[in-house]
Amino acid sequence: MPINILMPALSPTMEKGNLAKWLKKEGDAVKAGDILAEIETDKATMEVEAVDEGVLAKIVVPEGTSDVPVNDVIAILAAEGEDPKAITAPSAAPAKADASKAEAPKAEAPKGEPAKGEPAKAEAPAPVAKGGPAPVSGGNRIFASPLARRLAKEAGIDLAAIAGSGPHGRIVERDVKAALAGGTKPAAAGAQPVPKAAPAPVATGMSDEQIKKLFEPGSYEEVPHDSMRKTIARRLTESKQTIPHFYLSVDCELDTLLALREQINAAAPKGEDGKPAYKLSVNDFVIKALAMALMRVPDANVSWTESAMLRHKHADVGVAVAIPGGLITPIVRKAETKSLSAISNEMKDLAARARARKLKPEEYQGGSTAVSNLGMYGIKEFSAVINPPHATILAVGAGEKRVIVKNDAPAVATVMTVTLSTDHRAVDGALGAELIAAFKQLIENPMGLLV
Amino acid sequence: MSSYDVIIIGAGPGGYVTAIRAAQLGFKTAVVEREHLGGICLNWGCIPTKALLRSAEIYHYATHAKDYGLVLEGTMKVDTAAVVKRSRGVSSQLNTGVGFLLKKNKVDVIWGEATITKPGEIVVKAPTKSAQGAPIEAPKGAQPPGTYQAKHIIVATGARPRVLPGLEPDKKLVWTYFEAMVPEKMPKSLLVVGSGAIGIEFASFYRTMGAEVTVVEVMPQILPVEDAEIAAFARKRFEKQGIKILTGAKVTKLDKAADSVTAHIEDEKGARQTITVERVISAVGVVGNIENLGLEKLGVKTERGCIVTDGLGRTNVPGIYAIGDVAGPPMLAHKAEHEGVICVETIKGLPTHPMDKTMIPGCTYCHPQVASVGLTEAKAKEAGYDIRVGRFPFVGNGKAIALGEPEGLVKTIFDRKTGRLLGAHMVGAEVTELIQGFVIAMNLETTEEELIHAVFPHPTLSEMMHESVLDAYGRVIHV
Repeated sequence: MPINILMPALSPTMEKGNLAKWLKKEGDAVKAGDILAEIETDKATMEVEAVDEGVLAKIVVPEGTSDVPVNDVIAILAAEGEDPKAITAPSAAPAKADASKAEAPKAEAPKGEPAKGEPAKAEAPAPVAKGGPAPVSGGNRIFASPLARRLAKEAGIDLAAIAGSGPHGRIVERDVKAALAGGTKPAAAGAQPVPKAAPAPVATGMSDEQIKKLFEPGSYEEVPHDSMRKTIARRLTESKQTIPHFYLSVDCELDTLLALREQINAAAPKGEDGKPAYKLSVNDFVIKALAMALMRVPDANVSWTESAMLRHKHADVGVAVAIPGGLITPIVRKAETKSLSAISNEMKDLAARARARKLKPEEYQGGSTAVSNLGMYGIKEFSAVINPPHATILAVGAGEKRVIVKNDAPAVATVMTVTLSTDHRAVDGALGAELIAAFKQLIENPMGLLV
Repeated sequence: MSSYDVIIIGAGPGGYVTAIRAAQLGFKTAVVEREHLGGICLNWGCIPTKALLRSAEIYHYATHAKDYGLVLEGTMKVDTAAVVKRSRGVSSQLNTGVGFLLKKNKVDVIWGEATITKPGEIVVKAPTKSAQGAPIEAPKGAQPPGTYQAKHIIVATGARPRVLPGLEPDKKLVWTYFEAMVPEKMPKSLLVVGSGAIGIEFASFYRTMGAEVTVVEVMPQILPVEDAEIAAFARKRFEKQGIKILTGAKVTKLDKAADSVTAHIEDEKGARQTITVERVISAVGVVGNIENLGLEKLGVKTERGCIVTDGLGRTNVPGIYAIGDVAGPPMLAHKAEHEGVICVETIKGLPTHPMDKTMIPGCTYCHPQVASVGLTEAKAKEAGYDIRVGRFPFVGNGKAIALGEPEGLVKTIFDRKTGRLLGAHMVGAEVTELIQGFVIAMNLETTEEELIHAVFPHPTLSEMMHESVLDAYGRVIHV
């Protein structure tokens, strides 16, 4: 039977590659170990070695072809005694079945016959890329262990969304546990039937072993995750996988605010120790402005749940605080009702206790929006990941002097770019725009924050 | 100086299997051996004891022929020399077989004792003499002593009998498994110290062959790693056969005479007694062979007499690996083989996972046999599982009755929450051949449902495995 030569996977994550060059012509005799072709990915160029002996009967994918999917037939080898000329088209059906034969490491050499010659390279592609979703044969059967099936069923996880790490990509217990730990969302529960059209598989990424293999042993140190790191990973992965984010950026002029801040800070009464009673930061203004903006645009002061929209009566604003080994988002409750100095002092207390990891859960759970400010690092602009159950998060860049156009003439102003990340399930584009416009209006006319 | 991809030190079951797998993967492979291919398992352990126990079993059946309606006239005698000769013959046949397999796979055998001088290099010296003191000849075609290089060095040096102070074996009166394997004559009386698999198998063998046997165990139960219920069941059977068993007791002193030993035994309450026996077998466990390999100098981490590995065979020193007994418990040949395969496949870069040690079966070939895999009932509870336990007695099984083997028990333990099979424990005829069914079930992560749905052939002993699962779920038929 003619042997199909398949597009190899050069790495566990490779899905397609470019056929850069054929090193054998049709009609050439091929020995096991001969280099047949060069394959290019975005990362590397690698050689395709022949595993079987024969005559290269037909080149199916000509050189220079881009984006050839892994496991596509790229050429056909006529085995000994077969007429290469009689072979024209790839024998479609058995192609997949031959995948392992053509590309499997030599460990799969015929039984009883010791493998000869050069050991197949360690990077030799395994027939089944382990990172991908579990193989589905005939379009419906998912290979999973009985225990994995039961655990997934109990947790309400769709097996189709889980990558199998067992033999031939079978889903086993550890994969379900990993999916649970990784925050794969349970399939819609209860009354809502799971849509028959298979839900988009959730990418679970490479396994630890796959990642570690990419580095020289001993060239790195393994630092176990603490619970904060795990929580960050789980919550933000969940956020990005389940919340449809969109982003709105505006530039805010800060000169008025900076002048006002200077005045207010200068006017702060001094205590007995000579310390001012408050010292407002730009961020305190941002918190207050965002809270008031939410009051003006109450439709955006919401949280998404599957059954209903939660419309919040107050603006509870989370503030991301970087702490050694991670970050935490303490919440300024009812920020719209608090004075700037109250917000400022509360934030100082929350941040200090956050750094000491002394916050109580009720001090960092909940909220309807958040502020993430990287301005002090000179970041011009960025977009932040929504921290559920929030519907928005405001990413604040540095206030910097920029040349802007004012009255059709260039002028210098202190400008800060802010980007609102928005949960589209809860807040649509125009509504988000309204919110950020209200924010801009407040931050540029900060006297409004004082009353 | 010859250089290899992989050199394995030790050609026991772990070492030679590792070598063959390495060769299959295309590595240029050599194995260093100082005494005998196949190691303790094949020459002084698993295999020759099975040959001895087979003789004992046939002797037992022959002496009970009447129970099966057969009349044997004349006297039945044990020809000790012939029994031992058969056992040695079995070992020797398999030993030759290992040599053949290595040759077929183009694995070089280097004859001698290896020291790792630095990562990537070993020096092999000629072996001096065997553990029994006999001179050793290198097999034909073996590579001579010298310096050899290998990118990957796998230590598979196995283990040797543990020596307790006061119980030092002397080859004459106080035996280890080496001497117990080749008795010149059957002792009339015997003290076995230690009731693990080795101790119990010898106790069973010598008792069947007619010796008065006493077993002393320091733990509260015999077969200490087995499920307590199964061990208690086995103990009753042994005692019925006339084996005297003292648990929670230890031998404090041995007084040796010319051809007998008086043992002082103290139980946990402090009560003392002495017994006089012809021979003592010390079977108090084994310890890893980690000495004289150069490990200390290289900084290879060891712990309690074993080399510390990452579960894939890698030690803390790159290029140096360890598998089998020397890499820690359970010290079983099948664990060593599997560990070796994982180790070379990891070296090769194939996707591997550390072995799940809770799924390694254990077998004891006494009469009745004991076999188990997974957690015992006590261990499962300790681990916090809410469990369901199923039991099925041999007496409810047609085949067991037909065989004349109505004594035994199959016990299964499930996690109530997930239906996962946590453990299976058996005592009775042929259970060592049955346990693999549960091993496969556990490895495939089956739940009770698949086991209940599976059709077991009738009439077989394996039906009891099915019934035990049914019992765990309140559906047992034949009780």
